[in-house]
This record gives sequence, structure tokens and C-alpha cells, in this order.
Amino acid sequence: MMQFNTILKNPAEWMMSSGPNGEIVISSRVRLARNLKKISFPGWAIEEDRSLVLNQVKPVIESLTEMRGAFSSELTELTAVKKQVLVERHLISREQAAKAVGSAAVMNRKQTLCVMVNEEDHLRMQSIKAGLSLSAAYKMIDKIDTKIEEDIDYAFDNKYGYLTACPTNLGTGMRASAMLHLPGLVLSDQVNKVIQAVNKIGLAVRGLYGEGTEALGNLFQVSNQHTLGEPENEIIVRLEKVIKQIIEHEENAREKLYDENRTTLDDKIGRSYAILLYGHIISTKEALDLLSMLRLGVDLGYFSDDLRGLIDVLFMEIQPAHLQVYAKRKLNAEERDCLRAEIMRDRLKNLPEPSKFYENSPNEPPLEED
Amino acid sequence: MNCDVCQENHATVYLTQIVKGEMQKVNLCEDCAKEKGVTDPTGFALADALLGMDSDQKSSEAVDLMTCQACGFSHAEFKKSGRFGCSECYSVFQGGLESLVKAMHKGTRHLGKIPSRYRVVKKYNDQITELKDRLMNAINEENFEEAAKLRDEIKLADADFNASNEGAIEN
Repeated sequence: MMQFNTILKNPAEWMMSSGPNGEIVISSRVRLARNLKKISFPGWAIEEDRSLVLNQVKPVIESLTEMRGAFSSELTELTAVKKQVLVERHLISREQAAKAVGSAAVMNRKQTLCVMVNEEDHLRMQSIKAGLSLSAAYKMIDKIDTKIEEDIDYAFDNKYGYLTACPTNLGTGMRASAMLHLPGLVLSDQVNKVIQAVNKIGLAVRGLYGEGTEALGNLFQVSNQHTLGEPENEIIVRLEKVIKQIIEHEENAREKLYDENRTTLDDKIGRSYAILLYGHIISTKEALDLLSMLRLGVDLGYFSDDLRGLIDVLFMEIQPAHLQVYAKRKLNAEERDCLRAEIMRDRLKNLPEPSKFYENSPNEPPLEED
Repeated sequence: MNCDVCQENHATVYLTQIVKGEMQKVNLCEDCAKEKGVTDPTGFALADALLGMDSDQKSSEAVDLMTCQACGFSHAEFKKSGRFGCSECYSVFQGGLESLVKAMHKGTRHLGKIPSRYRVVKKYNDQITELKDRLMNAINEENFEEAAKLRDEIKLADADFNASNEGAIEN
């Protein structure tokens, strides 16, 4: 069985590899909600019932070939900081981190698959892939679901589909989402317009950590709102179509910034570079914003392409719980801000300064100056 | 869109009301609208009255006290948390669920994946429905030869289903 430290040492597969549309889409996730028949949903169940579900379900999950050598733990066995690490890696939800008896999480070595037991529903399983790969992510989790249903009798209704604790998840029980990096739309003040348009067609836009969270680092999650009345593949196709349109808007916004506000862009990327390399006190929010600018810089040719993977890893590693595990002790906010700056200075110390931008632009001749 | 009351005819009357801060939508066909006397949708909770939800204080209390036999969850609790207690609650509290679900989702019928152990049941249900429809048609058309054939097919399908299901599936 995988140790917790192994999770920490290794970034998840999706952070390191670049998927389709990887410049704008960081990752794709698909989550399925499933419940057992007739036993109370976790939020209403007494402890015995929660344990009953766990004992029935956990061995089934652990025996899946996809979960060979997996990390599996009851949440009561994990410290608050370790649970928070899993939240920061998007492996468990904030809700589950708060739960205790009978809650568990099983995840594979690559951290691409995670099954949560006794969260809001008895089973919540999710897959994460790099880039815009919603269909591939769905296929992966669908396969797991099909295997689990051989052993577990799911609560299912011919009319309402998979029965879930909250009726907002009825039907497919599927929430598909993509994490988008949209600095272009944010800088050009268009992001709210896009969010409103997306909301209107029944899709949700949220911040970095889901419901009710702020869009830090210009990162946005786009997901389906409706789960009933439409088959899984149609939901995914529709979502992908909308995401591709958002990508197009983002690309246009970036192009426009590059063409019309080059100095502003040079300034933002240059300042971010400087603070990241020479700053000593950096909060999470500031760090995410700076890294966001650096990532935009990579996309626009200010830095080399291989920096992107490191930035995505840093997005995780500079978050509060990751820092405390790194330091092997509890840190207060000031200590975290210092350590965060230290880690980034160290990881980015060999990064060459943003290159002479115009030379990298294929469309424009080098400026004649000097 | 079909009428919420008879579930059969096409709805042509659409009503939206805000009751205690919650939006309720009701779609009715012309016949049901007339039958329910829908002329002036003001002054009372129309959706509640039509769909048999809590229309007045008294019955509202009765609904709140309704509890799920399987898990002991009450309707009052559902109103508070927006979540159910167990899978059985969906049948216990099905009154009013349809309109709630309609407001949340694209449709009110699941069109996606079906667990394999339910697929047999669904296939059987679909098959029987189709055969029975055809049987009714045959009888209406006084095509008794065809009707006899269909009756035998239904018997066969029933027998098949029962044989394949012996003790395997509860539903």
C-alpha cells in the first residue's frame, strides 16, 4: 500500500503531463455520485450505518486492478494537515475533510483516480486528467463504476436514475468539470461577461476549490449544473463545446493584449518574475496571481515551454497544508508566507529572465532599435 | 412538454408563482386548466393546490410530520437541509418532488447509464409496454389473430423474465 509521503513526493500525473489544450485547460475531472440501497445517506446515518457502508464498500474498491498499490485511508487516521493536503490536491473535497467516522478515501498511485466513501453520498468517485480530456476522464471513471456495481447494489430508480442525498445530483450523478486558466479574460475585464453567458446555458463557473470559492490565480472551474434529463455523453459533449468557445475567447483576449497592450503585459510578467525570484514574504493569493502571470508568460513565449509543469506543481506546493508537511511542523501565517517565498525562489532560481519578447513573436519583425 | 396533472396532453398553460420565496412552475393542458378552474392565478398557492402539495397550514404541518419508514427522516428535515435521508425517501416524499426536480434539471427522466442489474428490468418493462400497446391496437382493429399472437408473446416474456430473475433481483 502506498504511503502518504509517496503522495507528497510525487506530483499527480495530470500536473506533470500536458493534455489537449493544455495552455488554457489545466485539468479535466469527472465525478460520479452513487449510493447503496436503503441505508441512510452519510449525512443522516448513525455511526454504525456509516461503518457498515465502509466495511462493505472499501474492500471492493481496494480490490480493483486500477487501485493496485493504492493509498487508502480512513479519514480518522489522518491529521488535519494531511487531510488538507488531499483537499489542496483536489483528491478529496473540503466537505469530506470535515467528516470523521466511516469516511475514507482510496486513490491510485498516479493520483488520477480517487474514490471517497461516506462523503455527502456513500460513494463519490472521480478521475482527473491533464488538459481538456473530459471524455477520457469519463471513460476512466465509468469503467470503475461498472466494476463496482457488480458487487454493490446501487440505489437506482427507473425514472430518477441514480438516487443521491441531494436531488441536485439525481440522474447520472455526474459532475464533469474543467479547470481553466483565464488571465486574458480577467486582465481585459471580460471574464464576468463570459461567466454570465455560461451560467445562462445551465453550466456553473466556480473558483479554484469548488462551490463558493474565490477565483484565485485566474483559475476557474466550469462544470455541468444539471445531472438529470440528459445522458452522460451529451452532457460532456455540450460542456466541451462551451469550454472550446471559452478557450477561443481567452486566446483572442490574449492576442489582443499582446498586440495592443504589450507594455502592460511586459510589465505584469516582468514584475511577477521579479517578485517570485526576489520576494521574501508572499501570501497564497499573491503567489497564485504571480504564478498565473508566469504561466501566461510561458504561453506567450516569454519563457520556455517546460516551465509550465513546474508552475502547475507550484500551484499545489505553495498552499498552506503542503507547506506545513514540507516543514514537518505547524506554521503560522507569517511563517508560511516566508517559507512560500523561499520555496519559489529556490525552484525558480535558474529561470532566465523574460526573453526579449518581440523576437519570439513569429508575426512581427524584430524592432529596429538600440 | 406534457401536462403536470394528467401527464398526457401537451401543456399549453404555464404558471409560475413565488411561494414563500420559492419558485413553483406548473404546466397544464387546456382541459386540466379548465377542470382546475385556473382563470386567475393570484391570491393563493396555485401550484400547491394543483399538485397536492402543502396548500394550507394544516396540511403543510401534516406533510412536515411525514417520515420515511426506512430511515426516520422527516419532510421538515428535507425542507431545512435540501437533502434526503436515504434512497427510500424518494418514494416516501414523491409528492411535489417532480416540480422541484424540474426546476433543478434539464428533464425529469433519467436518460443515462443504467446499472446492469436494472437493465434487465428496464428491457422487460419496455418490451411489455410495447407488446401491450400493440395488443390494444389489435383488439381495437378487431384483428383477433394478431391479438392472440401478442397475448402469447406477453406470456412468454413474463415467463422469461421470471425465470431469469429467480431470487436475483428484488425490483
